[in-house]
Amino acid sequence: MSSDTDVKIGLEIHVQLTSLKTKLFCSCSSDYRDKPPNTNVCPVCLGLPGSLPVVNQKAIEKALRVAIALNMKIAEKISWARKHYFYPDLPKNYQITQYEGKGVTSIAKEGYLEYHVNGNVKTARIRRINLEEDPGKIVYHTGSMLTSKYSLIDYNRSGIALLEIVTEPDFSSPREVLAFLHELRTLLEYLDIADFKLEGSMRVDVNISLAGGSRVEVKNVGSLSDIEAAIIYEVTRQRSLAEKGVKVEMETRHWDQERKVTVGTRTKESEEDYRYFPDPNLPPVYISPNMLEDLSNTMPELPQTVRKKLVQVYGVSEYLSSVLVSEKKLAEYFEEVMKRTNIDGDRAASIIVNDLVGWVGEERMNQINKIVPASELAELLELLKRGTITIKIVKEAIPELVSGKRTRELLASKGWIGKVSGHELAEIVDTVLKENANAVTDALNNPKAIQHLVGKVMEATNKRADPKEAFELISKKLEEFKAKVRLQEDR
Amino acid sequence: MKSRVLSFVEDLRRGAADQYKYVEKALEEAAKKDPKFNIFITLKGEIPENLALSGKLAGVPVAIKDNIVTKDLRTTCASKILENFVPKYSATVVKIIEKEGAVIIGKTNMDEFAMGALGTTSAFGPTLNPLDVKLSPGGSSSGSAAAVSSGIVDIALGSDTGGSVRLPAAWTGVFGLKPTYGAVSRFGLISYADSMDQIGPIASTASDLAYLYSIISSFDPLDPTSSGNPWGNKIERIAREEPDYDILRSIKLKVPKELVEHPQADDSIVKEFSRALSKLESEGAEISEISEPSLLKVPQVYYIIAFSEASSNLARFDGVRYGSRVIMPEEVDWDTYYMENRALFGWEVKRRIMLGAFILSKGYYEMYYSMALKARGMIKSKVEQMLSGGGIILTPGSPIPPLPIDYDATDLSRLNAVDAPLMLANLTGLPAITIPVGKRGSIPISIQLIGSPWSEDILLSIAKVTEEIFG
Repeated sequence: MSSDTDVKIGLEIHVQLTSLKTKLFCSCSSDYRDKPPNTNVCPVCLGLPGSLPVVNQKAIEKALRVAIALNMKIAEKISWARKHYFYPDLPKNYQITQYEGKGVTSIAKEGYLEYHVNGNVKTARIRRINLEEDPGKIVYHTGSMLTSKYSLIDYNRSGIALLEIVTEPDFSSPREVLAFLHELRTLLEYLDIADFKLEGSMRVDVNISLAGGSRVEVKNVGSLSDIEAAIIYEVTRQRSLAEKGVKVEMETRHWDQERKVTVGTRTKESEEDYRYFPDPNLPPVYISPNMLEDLSNTMPELPQTVRKKLVQVYGVSEYLSSVLVSEKKLAEYFEEVMKRTNIDGDRAASIIVNDLVGWVGEERMNQINKIVPASELAELLELLKRGTITIKIVKEAIPELVSGKRTRELLASKGWIGKVSGHELAEIVDTVLKENANAVTDALNNPKAIQHLVGKVMEATNKRADPKEAFELISKKLEEFKAKVRLQEDR
Repeated sequence: MKSRVLSFVEDLRRGAADQYKYVEKALEEAAKKDPKFNIFITLKGEIPENLALSGKLAGVPVAIKDNIVTKDLRTTCASKILENFVPKYSATVVKIIEKEGAVIIGKTNMDEFAMGALGTTSAFGPTLNPLDVKLSPGGSSSGSAAAVSSGIVDIALGSDTGGSVRLPAAWTGVFGLKPTYGAVSRFGLISYADSMDQIGPIASTASDLAYLYSIISSFDPLDPTSSGNPWGNKIERIAREEPDYDILRSIKLKVPKELVEHPQADDSIVKEFSRALSKLESEGAEISEISEPSLLKVPQVYYIIAFSEASSNLARFDGVRYGSRVIMPEEVDWDTYYMENRALFGWEVKRRIMLGAFILSKGYYEMYYSMALKARGMIKSKVEQMLSGGGIILTPGSPIPPLPIDYDATDLSRLNAVDAPLMLANLTGLPAITIPVGKRGSIPISIQLIGSPWSEDILLSIAKVTEEIFG
């Protein structure tokens, strides 16, 4: 599906502040995953009678950093509202959140984020950002709400700090949405907000409307691929309704992850009344200009800045630069490596992106510097740069480094140190050609068969030859043979 | 009068008292009086072993209102919905007094979720007034006041959202203090209306009142609205030292006439109140009458704010995580389950939840809640003017005598006169104290003082002097 001018998509993105040590209003750990049910709880996040919330100041600081990075207008005071609805995973039957109105405001509003689609720069407007508490989690023992006789509730997640980011309806295709979300995730990683490798750390409500129709909200979509599928499904559904002359009503739909369809719920959004009012337990937090200035002065490097730096300072290509920057750890790793070697930046980036990343694997990217210390890779690349080893050896060495070997010992034990070239290599080529008369005959008839001889030479040199140089030397020798044969025929 | 608690603790420290004696006597008295007056919802039967020998409250029996959570000790809020609720943690005030060696002898009866003025909305039956069983002891901290008034304990804790410490103190003839908002931690006090709730002490003497208050007022990081104690050890000194008569000459008592000449006020009580004023004047107090008609609007503003907050605070009681269930979740859909369980609330609680939910709903919020907040701000600034330059507001503790225990609580007319002077302190966050100044037959007479923020030291000093003057 390309960009359709009649499609409008807006996003409500919920990001868990996984980098916080504690929940939003109590001192329970924010690391709730993989814990036995209902063990990461206290009177506050269970909403027990008599308990009171105390705001995690670090959460406010992190939200303000996001507001600064998204170029937003920041409120002078942060206040809290209660949003009432009855659901078993919500311990107080109200959620502490923020609200625009009734004396309460969002943390920040009216910002934007630039992102790239097919090499074009686009801008998405950010309407507002809020902090709020995550509810608990309902667990169905059969895995489905429909077939379970009972539901279990795990409150370990209850009270985790969520950052809600609401965009304007500035997208018209899934491709734009995904490109934006990639850019946003990268930004949030650079701001040390969240680790998106953790399951459920980002959930998105997608608002979709077609010209002439009402807005439909698809709630709680968990992954980027589901977001794409949900948008395609919903646009198609609404379009076919419109073609049949049926008006699309404003409604909330759920994403059925198993069947990959959106499902209507009975509640119409316009009927809901959350009875918002300012939380009387939580005095507003005033944001002083000094505090904002401190935060602005101590912002970490943002993705755009790093991207530019990699291109301008290290000479990395635009493409490799975006690949490196899309993973904060990878960009940091690249810079760590470059501090220790004089190799050309683009060459180093290419080896990291094309070889190292594949062997390390996406899921272990956060530990890349532990798996292959930057100093080890730098040493390998420095030897390549000096011509001490060949690219062939670099490629062979990387999986060995990933499995825990150290550069020096590896090269010594494999006898990979010391490049064989020039006169020395020519002698080896001569020997190989003598010992492989049949292969030489093949190669004389079919130039492709030369690779076989190159392989033999690499074997003979213990991979210390430059394959290109070996190829050239063999080709030269073969030309000499041909010349000799022609001479003999002429006679 | 010297503090009985202090005398005991000092004797104990000198080795001149048995650490079990005070608690033993309290439990004996409770065993006799609880069946008569229905003071406790949960009464501890046995004396704990190994009572402390030191600590500011070592070996001192204390009664606690049943909306303050106590670890492993049932806490019901006098409601069916929490009939079997045993908390897993203790309120900050409970931790503080237990650390000082206090012995909690029981959880006292109250209006359900502290909603009521007569003590009659309790799901466990009403508490009777120890001064006359045909009368209400006042609410909502009915049991805590009755426990002190009947002589079971010398100190107790209540909570005060709209007069709930001060009214029962006034109607049972004891001392009660509603602290400045933020002076005592609310952590562990089951919320009724968060912006006005405060835990307050009830005591048999002004010194005991000051002594208990000096212990419980402190900053608590677990309460986001906690400010703590700006007085150092001044309050404790007031508890220990002789009354300071000079205090009467350093203040200006102001009597808002609207709160005394209320159409529902009782003539004989007002007469007694005037007599008490003359006596204070003759001791050197400067008393003047002021007029502020907006004070008559206090109850309306209070109720809008209190009911709104209550409707939100009580949403959590649904039988999912704790408390009683009427039906099991397997049997019905969630909405039905929720509604059936919440039928366990009594009628007054339901009334307040419904009105609060209505006030906060779309279209009515601006009409009621926003207006009430605005009015609250206006009243606050009016009161600030009254209190500037050493002013203290003086009203009757209750302008009517205790109502009969079988009074029809749906008839709010007689309670209107009681509400305005008491709720004024909650709406403005100001400290207020009720001081007994004698009796007319079995009817106790009292005065109420409302001071500037953090003026508890002055209010308690005045209480000590007043106690001597009328003693």
